[in-house]
Parts: sequence; structure tokens; C-alpha cells
Amino acid sequence: MGLAPMLRITGLAKYFGGVRAVDGLDIQIDKGEIFGLIGPNGSGKSTTVNLICGVFPQTSGTIELDNVDLGKMAPHQRIESGVSRTFQNIRLFGELTVWQNLWVAWRDAPGHETNWLVNWFGSPADRQHEIQKLLEFSGLGDHSDKPANSLSFGEQRQLELARAMASKPKLILLDEPAAGMNSEEVADLKERILTMKELGMTVLLVEHVMDLVMSVTDRITVLNFGKPIAEGTPVEIQNNEAVQEAYFGSAKNVEAGA
Amino acid sequence: MEYYLGISQTIGVHTLLGLSAYVLLLTGQLSLAQVGFFAIGSYVSGILTVIFGWHVLPALFVGALVAGVFAFLVGFPALRVKGLMLVVATIAFSEIVRLVFFNLNWRVEVNGLEVGPDSTQGFREIRYFAANGWEQAHVVLLIWLIVILVMVMLWWLDKVRAGAVLRAVGEDELAAQSSGINLTMVKVAAMTGGGVIAGIAGGLYAHSTTYVDHHTFSILLATFAVSYPILGGLKNVLGTLMAVIFIQGFIIEGLRFMGDYRNILFGLLIIVAMNFRPQGLVDGNFTSDVRKLLRMKQNGAGADA
Repeated sequence: MGLAPMLRITGLAKYFGGVRAVDGLDIQIDKGEIFGLIGPNGSGKSTTVNLICGVFPQTSGTIELDNVDLGKMAPHQRIESGVSRTFQNIRLFGELTVWQNLWVAWRDAPGHETNWLVNWFGSPADRQHEIQKLLEFSGLGDHSDKPANSLSFGEQRQLELARAMASKPKLILLDEPAAGMNSEEVADLKERILTMKELGMTVLLVEHVMDLVMSVTDRITVLNFGKPIAEGTPVEIQNNEAVQEAYFGSAKNVEAGA
Repeated sequence: MEYYLGISQTIGVHTLLGLSAYVLLLTGQLSLAQVGFFAIGSYVSGILTVIFGWHVLPALFVGALVAGVFAFLVGFPALRVKGLMLVVATIAFSEIVRLVFFNLNWRVEVNGLEVGPDSTQGFREIRYFAANGWEQAHVVLLIWLIVILVMVMLWWLDKVRAGAVLRAVGEDELAAQSSGINLTMVKVAAMTGGGVIAGIAGGLYAHSTTYVDHHTFSILLATFAVSYPILGGLKNVLGTLMAVIFIQGFIIEGLRFMGDYRNILFGLLIIVAMNFRPQGLVDGNFTSDVRKLLRMKQNGAGADA
């Protein structure tokens, strides 16, 4: 890996009063990698996603994307710099149509930008072809004119993922995309993430569904109480004692409790 | 006839005022500053025609522009807060504007007559239309041309991406900023647009009634302004127009015999509407019903032929 990492997080910390939600996190994600961020509830995974997107400012540490410092940018500037995300609890523009959801988030690929006048005051016809293509990719081709809130749960998740892709990000942050999905939908999601990998996309996956994490990620960082306790390939993580302890408690505790 | 022309003037002006609040409501912001912009538009354009002898059209234009500039400037600090705090901040703005005009004394002699804003006495000589031979029908025509122009522009806005972005911000600010939208820019733009529309409404009001004073710019008027789009719904601009016709045409004029009890009725109406039609009177179901009805008629006509 001679290349510099795409996302470089160093010494990231976020304190909410006395609560250290994230406390000294270092992550490096390479281009084209599917990177897992896991850990028990409340370990700081979603806070990390929110920090990268600028929902609130970090207490300390740096976040760089392709050597550009995101740390002090406004949230919308970070999206322009190439990150985008989905939400743990789906947040679509419910009254807008499926098509409009993508239209709002749409950004032209770098080097192919239309002028701002078309961007803001263009009619749907100007984007019809490209957005329809993204809808087909997401399996939502037939739903383009439906209000987003009329879709099924699984379809809403797909739409949110499509909306995150509409801004042509370098890095997509998926915040528990499998939450609330049945096994069939999870299998479908797995295929979709693997397709994204084939297309060369870079993904930070925050997830509780271990089957999914272990089968799609290249590397994983495990958080506990805001601190990274392990990093490695899925196999390494599965055999890591510290991780097992964080998730299940140690064998000693079990004996002591018994 | 004059009576009906008078009502249609009122309905036209109030529709503009409602539409100025509508633009901002699309982004989810409830503003009571519209009456402040309305006041600025009426005083500025009035001063231009009365003291400086301008033609009414450029005066209306400049009045709207000045109102828009104030909306832009107020937008930045005001839109940092949301919900109830924004309501309070915008009431404060409207009150400041009202009190400034309440104290504004700028009397000058024009053609041997003393004219201009006379502080507590109000601004009483905005007689451009009468002095230049406009009949009331012409004034009504001008007002409604502008109403239609603004409605067409807002209708068009809803068909382009900017309209979808306004609504997206109104739906979910966090999701909107995570989709790369600059919330401040969008909200201030909506505030400015709303300010311009309210400014035109104020100019038209001042010139069609020939005088304004601080009583005109009450919080009640600000409440009316936001009530129209809330009652009419945000589906499209026609909802606001229908709400104005209903409230001004029916409740205020039609039930005139009820006197001040109409205000109670107005309050009740808002409560009932909020409970039974939270999306407004003209919501998605309503429009699709109308569409179906029209289609049925067309089909019916086709079958007859």
C-alpha cells in the first residue's frame, strides 16, 4: 500500500460533557476498501459517523479525506469534498417523490459539472436519464413517482443508499444499514455492498449484524467505550480475545457470576 | 360594484402576503416578520411616489427590493434559531419596524401641500392612483396581474430543482445538509424571496388604500399571513389563494354581521383545520380528487360525443 489512505482519522475525540463518546480514535481507510466499524451499543460508532459529516464539531483530532482537512468545514462542504452517508433511523424526504429525493442530493461527477443555473433551476428532464439509471441500479426503477414515505422499509433503505450515492462521493458512510431488515433483505444488502466494492467505491460500514460485517469488509476496527480495542481482518477480529470480552464479557466474569 | 372591487383588492394583497409566508414555510420556517417587510414595502414605495414624485411601478419595485434587502439581512441572524424562538425573533423584528414608522416624521411641501409620514398620525397622502386618473378597476387589475405573476413564478419554482430543495429542507434539515445542501443559503434565499413578495404586497396596499399607519402592521396581520398557507396547505400556491378567499371573502366580509365574533371563529377554524386537516385544506388527496373529477368529466364528454 504505497498510496496515502483516502480517509485518515487521527486522535479523534468527542466529549459530551463528561461522557467520552469517542476517545482517541485512529482510522485509515484506503481507496476501494470496505471498512467495518463495530462495537457494542454506545461505543461511539454513530458519533464517529456524525463527526466525519460535521453534525457536531470534534473535541480534538483531525479528519482528512484525500489530504483535505474536513474538520473545520460546514457539513454541506464536506459532502462537496466527497463524503456522504445514510442514517441509522432512515431519514428520507418523505413527502417528496423517490425521484426528487435523488434530485435534491444530485451532484455531477467531478469534471462534468453543469453550470449552477441548470443545477438549481433545471427541470427534471435535464437529469431524467442519469437519475433513472441510479434508480434502476437500486432496484427502485418502478417507484420513481411515488412519495418516498409510501415505500416499504427495505425500499426506503435502498433509496437512502441511492441518495447517498447521488452526490458522487469518494467515501460512503453506512450507519447500520441492516437495522430492522429481515434475512432476505440483509442478503440483498450484502450483494449491493459487494457490487459497490466492484465499482471501486470506498465504504465505512457501521453495523451490528455480524454475518454481514464479516462477509463484506476488508478490515475492521472495534470500538468499546469510545476507544479502539482491536483492528484487523474479519478473521483476526473474530479470534481476538479483547473483542470477545467486550461483546460477551470474559470467561472469568461468567464463572464469577455463576 | 365598488364593494366587490374593494374585496378583490384585499384578497389580492393578502394572497401576496400569504405567499410570502408560503415560501418560507416550504423550508419549515414559521416567520412573523412578513408584516415587517410589508410595512417596509408600503412606506418606501409611498415615500417614493408622494415625496419624490416617482411613477408607481418603479416605486413598487424599489419598495419590494428594499424589503428584500432587509429580509436578507434579518435572515442570517434570525434563521440561526428555529421553531418558537424564530417566531419570537421575527415578532421582535416586525415590532421594531412598526415602531420605527410610528416615530417617522418626514413632512415636506409638495405643490403647496404638506405631505409625508407624520409619525403617530400615519402616512396619509399616498394618492398616486387617484391623482393620475387610475380607476379602481385598473388598480384591481394591477394587483391581480402581480398576484398571478408571483403565483406563476412560485409554481414554476416548484417544477425545478430549487423547489425540491426548499421542500427537502422543510422535511428534514439533517438529511438535507447531509445531501450537500447549504441550509443557511437556502433559508436566507427563501426569506429574501418572501421579503420581496411581502414588500410588493405592502406597496400595493398603501397605494390602493391611500394611507397606512402603525395599526396596519399589527401582529394580527402577521398571524393572518402565516395562517393562509397553513390552512391552504403547502401542496401548491392555489391552497393559499383559496384560504385567503375563504377567510377574507367569507369569514371577514360574508359574516360581517357577526362583528368581533369573527376573530373567535377565525381562531376556531385554525384549531379545527389543524386537527382534521393538518396538511391543509388543499392536500395531495384533494388535488388528486379534483384531477379525477376533471378526468371523469372529460371521459363523460367523450362518451357523449
